[in-house]
Amino acid sequence: MKLRRRKQTQEVKVPKQAKPLRQEVKQNRAAGGTAKDKLIICRDLHIQAWFYSLLRLGKTPFASAITIVVLAISIALAGSFQLLLINFQQIAGNFQTSAQISLFLRENINENRARILADTLRKNPAIESVQVISKEQGRALFKTFGSFGAAIDMLDENPLPVVIEIMPKNTLDDDGQIETLVNTLKQRQEVDFVRMDMEWLQRLQAIMAVARRLFVALNTLLGFAVLFITGNTIRLELNNRQEEIMITKLVGATNSFIATPFIYSGFWIGFFAGVLAWFIVALLMVSLRVPVEALSAHYNGNFHLLFLSVADSIKLILVSASLSMLGSCLVVFNQLNKTNPQ
Amino acid sequence: MLKFANVCKRYPLTGDVLRGVSFHLQRGEIAFLTGHSGAGKSTLLKLIALMERCNSGEIWLDGQKLSHVKDSQIPYLRRKMGFIFQDYKLLHDRTIFENVALPLIIAGYGHQETTRKVRAILEKVGLAGKEHKFPLALSGGEQQRVGIARAVVNKPPIIIADEPTGNLDPELSEEIMSLFEGFQQVGVTVLIASHDIALIERMHHRVLKLEHGRLFSV
Ligand SMILES: Nc1ncnc2c1ncn2[C@@H]1O[C@H](COP(=O)(O)OP(=O)(O)OP(=O)(O)O)[C@@H](O)[C@H]1O
Ligand SMILES: [Mg+2]
Repeated sequence: MKLRRRKQTQEVKVPKQAKPLRQEVKQNRAAGGTAKDKLIICRDLHIQAWFYSLLRLGKTPFASAITIVVLAISIALAGSFQLLLINFQQIAGNFQTSAQISLFLRENINENRARILADTLRKNPAIESVQVISKEQGRALFKTFGSFGAAIDMLDENPLPVVIEIMPKNTLDDDGQIETLVNTLKQRQEVDFVRMDMEWLQRLQAIMAVARRLFVALNTLLGFAVLFITGNTIRLELNNRQEEIMITKLVGATNSFIATPFIYSGFWIGFFAGVLAWFIVALLMVSLRVPVEALSAHYNGNFHLLFLSVADSIKLILVSASLSMLGSCLVVFNQLNKTNPQ
Repeated sequence: MLKFANVCKRYPLTGDVLRGVSFHLQRGEIAFLTGHSGAGKSTLLKLIALMERCNSGEIWLDGQKLSHVKDSQIPYLRRKMGFIFQDYKLLHDRTIFENVALPLIIAGYGHQETTRKVRAILEKVGLAGKEHKFPLALSGGEQQRVGIARAVVNKPPIIIADEPTGNLDPELSEEIMSLFEGFQQVGVTVLIASHDIALIERMHHRVLKLEHGRLFSV
């Protein structure tokens, strides 16, 4: 600043056209001060724009509310679908016992050899747990099957083989791995036959794969919806404030200076929409909880509806806010480059 | 300070508005730009403001060629100019203080320096004490003085005014003109588009007249 002022007073005395120093041109870009001062000023500007944009939203409460509600519904849709998926996975997890593999060992294999085999199997990385069911345990189990079970007592000798029950890992995520496991188990000479409800598992896996794909597709669509909804709202806002933008440009504002509060508006819209979406999802869950758990009780299940975790909730709000910010960013810069003061 | 060399401007629908305009303004000079309505006065000022680009010729401001400047440089160049308009172009939802502070905030001045400079300039244009009012609560002359304060608060080397006294009575017009003469005293170049013949004749400054796209010195 000092340099410029000195130059100006000098100019009065000698009104001659002089080529400006490079420095002078640069100085005109911004006010003086150290880099630290500038950083502080810049930060203050952003903080101001941040609150100012919130204030602006409040000045058009009806329009803002409509946008936020529409956004929230889209986001809530994505959130509910995710919850559906999480809960479905949980139900599927409860059924995991059905994915259990039973190895019926040959008659000549005694319990000791069965335990040695079990120890070997435990080392297999595809296996979660191994349990040996001795002939006696088998008999006891058999007896619990009502009057038919009692028939076993009429036999002199226990006809049941030793059974090894295997719980494979990652029952749901995998396609093919379990089949391979079953095949290798069948090869073992101690094994008479292997029993497992493969078809059921495969079906479940297929459904989960479809659901996951659907989840990705739906989220992508909803993400675009958020971009467009915010983008459009910000575009309208820009149109309403053409005059102000034009004046600001004329007094030397850069596009980023003008864009900042609009981008923060996008942030606020997304943020509030995210919070509202969370409440919508919560409401949905609360209303579903009682009937779902009643249903579960009918099937002797102890199923409890899972809700979005704290991390998932934060993610929901953050994703909503950043998508919305991105949407406004795209629109604002596109529009500002197009508008020239008239 | 400001130099036009054979500048032509053509609008797609209207056709040629400026046909080879050349002139040179020294530092600390005041000049009126006249001509009948539609002669292209506003167009000429818009070329300086970089709101429009010329079709041919060259424009120089302070040793910098405006006619070929990159879009990204425009905001920084505009900070070296102060614009004043017939319709003031104030932001109606901001106070007088905020309106005048705008160029300083944009240029990156801190809060204290901004406050000091705004107070000083408002004092100078005779609006001290009205800084917390809104533009619509002021008279036309007062609003124009706010516009002038905003234009000069960042001490630009050139002031460009399009019909600054268009809406004002003769007494107020002279008041505004004496403000301009005050800025001229400190080395500011002033270019005023106006068709207020009476005012121009009274002021004894250089007069440039636009006629059929050409510029004549009167
Ligand atoms: N954006 C534009 N597009 C097309 N033609 C335009 C545009 N702006 C101005 N013109 C035309 O250019 C000519 C000069 O206009 P300009 O506004 O420069 O005149 P002026 O001298 O300022 O007139 P006034 O005294 O009425 O303000 C006019 O014929 C006008 O119709
Ligand atoms: Mg005009």
